[in-house]
Amino acid sequence: MNLMAMLTPALSLALVAALCLAGWRMIRGPSFVDRFIAIDMLTAIAVGFAALTTVATGRGVFLDIALGLALINFVATAAFSVFLERKRRDR
Amino acid sequence: MIVIAMLLLTLGAGFLLIAAIGVIRLPDPLQRMHSATKAGTLGTALMLGGVMLSGVVEIGWTGLLAMVFLLLTLPVGAQLLGRAAYVSGAPLEGLESDPLEGELERAKPPIEA
Repeated sequence: MNLMAMLTPALSLALVAALCLAGWRMIRGPSFVDRFIAIDMLTAIAVGFAALTTVATGRGVFLDIALGLALINFVATAAFSVFLERKRRDR
Repeated sequence: MIVIAMLLLTLGAGFLLIAAIGVIRLPDPLQRMHSATKAGTLGTALMLGGVMLSGVVEIGWTGLLAMVFLLLTLPVGAQLLGRAAYVSGAPLEGLESDPLEGELERAKPPIEA
């Protein structure tokens, strides 16, 4: 368990770096699709953070949060794609 | 067991980092989608597997459910995003000809924010 306590900060640092990179693409991304991809990526990183929090705190509730985030991620991706295709048809 | 769990967690975080680097570095939206969905989902699934093996929760059925759900919805989400990217006229880098020319209606100037 001691080794795990040393590992958790390093892993959260890696995840924070990934979060910053995806967030930069979200801010910068030239088109709508790039922003949607960045949202997808940000949600995946959030699931990773939930998993890491489960290990760090020992509370199983955070796995439920991970499941909820995964569900929301899929619905959001589908909704954004439909929105983009409809936007294209409207023009 | 704890060693395998730590290995899986580290691998998962590494894959997530690689996916984020790919989202920044790759040239067009389709390739970015490829990096974000495949490497990102592998990373999250590995991290959830690491949590389930680490023994901090009794039986990680919720984690298993989340993993199965991620792996089931990944192809659908990737397909929808790729189709939306093509239809909205995203630039395609590294292709001489467009194989979907005439198959799908496509916005001529890319739809940009």
